[in-house]
Amino acid sequence: MKKLLTLVILFTSTIATAGTLVINSNQSGEDAKAAFDQYVADFSAAHPEVTVVVNEFEHEAYKVAIRNFLTSEVPDVAIWFAGNRMKYFVDQGLFADVSDVWSEYGLNESMASSKGSLTVDGKQYGVPWGYYQWGMYYRKDIFDELGINTPRDFDELKWVCAMLKKNNYAPIAIGTKFLWTAAGWFDYLNLRINGYQFHMDLTAGKVSYEDPRLDDVFDKWAELVNGGCFLEDHASYSWQDAQSTMINGESAMYLLGNFITGNFKAAEMLDKVDYFQFPKIYDGVGMAEDAPTDTMHIPAGAKNIEDAKKFLGFMSNPEAASKWAKSRSFLSPNANAEPPSDRFQKMGFKVLNEASGIAQFFDRDANPDMAKTAMEGFQEFMVKPDREAKIRARLERERERIHGSL
Amino acid sequence: MSFWERNQLKLAPFLFLTPAVSLFLLFVIYPIIDSIWVSFHDWSGVARYALNEDGTYKNFKWVGFQNYIDLFTYDDEFYVSLLNNLKWFIFSLLAIPLGLLLALFLNQNIFGMRYIKSFFYFPFVINAVVIGVIFSWFYNPKYGSLAYLLNIFGLDPIPVLSDEVLATYGIIAASFFPGIAYTMILYITGLTSVSKEMVEAGRIDGASGLTMLWHIIIPQLRPATLIAVVVTIVGALRSFDLIAVMTLGGPWGSTKVLAYKMYEEALFNFRMGYGAAIAVILFLLMSIYIAWFLYRLFKQEKGEK
Repeated sequence: MKKLLTLVILFTSTIATAGTLVINSNQSGEDAKAAFDQYVADFSAAHPEVTVVVNEFEHEAYKVAIRNFLTSEVPDVAIWFAGNRMKYFVDQGLFADVSDVWSEYGLNESMASSKGSLTVDGKQYGVPWGYYQWGMYYRKDIFDELGINTPRDFDELKWVCAMLKKNNYAPIAIGTKFLWTAAGWFDYLNLRINGYQFHMDLTAGKVSYEDPRLDDVFDKWAELVNGGCFLEDHASYSWQDAQSTMINGESAMYLLGNFITGNFKAAEMLDKVDYFQFPKIYDGVGMAEDAPTDTMHIPAGAKNIEDAKKFLGFMSNPEAASKWAKSRSFLSPNANAEPPSDRFQKMGFKVLNEASGIAQFFDRDANPDMAKTAMEGFQEFMVKPDREAKIRARLERERERIHGSL
Repeated sequence: MSFWERNQLKLAPFLFLTPAVSLFLLFVIYPIIDSIWVSFHDWSGVARYALNEDGTYKNFKWVGFQNYIDLFTYDDEFYVSLLNNLKWFIFSLLAIPLGLLLALFLNQNIFGMRYIKSFFYFPFVINAVVIGVIFSWFYNPKYGSLAYLLNIFGLDPIPVLSDEVLATYGIIAASFFPGIAYTMILYITGLTSVSKEMVEAGRIDGASGLTMLWHIIIPQLRPATLIAVVVTIVGALRSFDLIAVMTLGGPWGSTKVLAYKMYEEALFNFRMGYGAAIAVILFLLMSIYIAWFLYRLFKQEKGEK
């Protein structure tokens, strides 16, 4: 059905002519769409000679559609994600080199921090337009009521869990039905225990999932699972379902990306919520963070490359970048953009500036098929931690199939 | 006489068949053959005809039977999916007696019965996606009505869709919702053509209740049963939408069936060749069933002559 829908959209999309800029967008949420439309309107005002056509896709359907349209009805600009997700299309020769946009608009300096995640073999294949921090969102009112402080290390985290549990709260909200939320936990435990480089090597397929250094990650994770830290029956819930337990005051913490604050705002409870950085586990391990970056690319078969580059340049100028970041609770990758004024964006900005390394997120750093198998394994582990050996053996077998034996 | 006039009678049937046959070849036969061809290749689903400088395909690599070898020797999930298909195959047949039961119950002449019948038929008209969403709410261990009902009896909620054993049965139960409505309508129409004389004759011979049902009514409903079985089994083998909506194949892949696994491998994991191999296996399984079914049908027709 999704595929059919995609086809219909593809057939009805306008074919590019000179002076027309076709943009395929996955900004399908209500807020996201409004913000993106504004963005396009600003571009049109600055470049009246270019007619912009936006083909909008539903966010999940877009992930399937992009492989069709990159080879058939090629748009001039496509929204996508940094890291391995981008590299995948670069390897297939489907994204154009946009290094000249980086040099022309001074992005090498102003966006230096994101450059690595958009570079393959020394060339840039896209321009970042926003990123956001991950971390622990928590109910400050519940913490205050119980007299709990935010945990500074793993033992304190366990203690906080125990205290919350004793008072009949589900300590940590999580909904793993769509799998990726579980990967957030794996990312952070591994980043805190084994550090950034090890994590990147693992997601790149250079380390075995049966490597003894991962034992500690799964042990610590199992301690939390067996300690009843996580919301029960989490495999039944989407991340939004789990979020409602936090809004209702049944659960107290949630490891998630900053996009969740938009929902707290909609529920009119922003004043009860606060953020803390995922606590350290061992001294001497740098505090690396997950901060997924959303990007824009020019497909290799684009017809209007000239205007597409103008669009990429326009969206990365500090003014447009700040405006966009503000409307989406994102952080702007542009160092010259207006610093964030929102409380959560400010905290995220600080945490990410001080981070010892920035990972994209498990399913953006790892290969798609590896990510799928691994995240299913993480979900299973969070319900049946005693199956650790079996799960890790399965992940390693999949890793070996994709990346070859070590 | 011109060539056309001489051969008109012979040629006309072919001409009339041409549009249908060419569409069938293009949209059914060609995709089948192409899927089989793709299943022998390693391909990500991107740029199939892109060439290397030496003229070989860049993204479309021949791997022989490797996809099938991986499938059978490497992939535990394949066997999970196969087993789930079998569960669907067996348990979805339950919709047939349940539909019959409902049809017998509704086969009464009281005021407003037509409206009641149409209410019972309603689930079949609803989109499967809607049914999936309704049932996932129903099963939701926190806010769902199942948890509420269990709570009345003092029982703990059962997280049906996140339990690796129960989840598949939970989805099959959801498929009963439209399935029963469909078999019910088949049987209701069947019941209208049950011969009154035979029922009378049976009654005179002293048959009643279950004896009457088993020996007189059900044999006369045979055509309806046949259609019900065929439609239900085909529906069970290609079950996909409810799974995609209710569990996405989870928890940890335990509710996947072949059709869902194929979709996931081909479109999400970028393994078009592997997905095609799963499709070929599913195709073969269905072919076996269809061959058996046709064989029985032919035999039956011969017997009647």
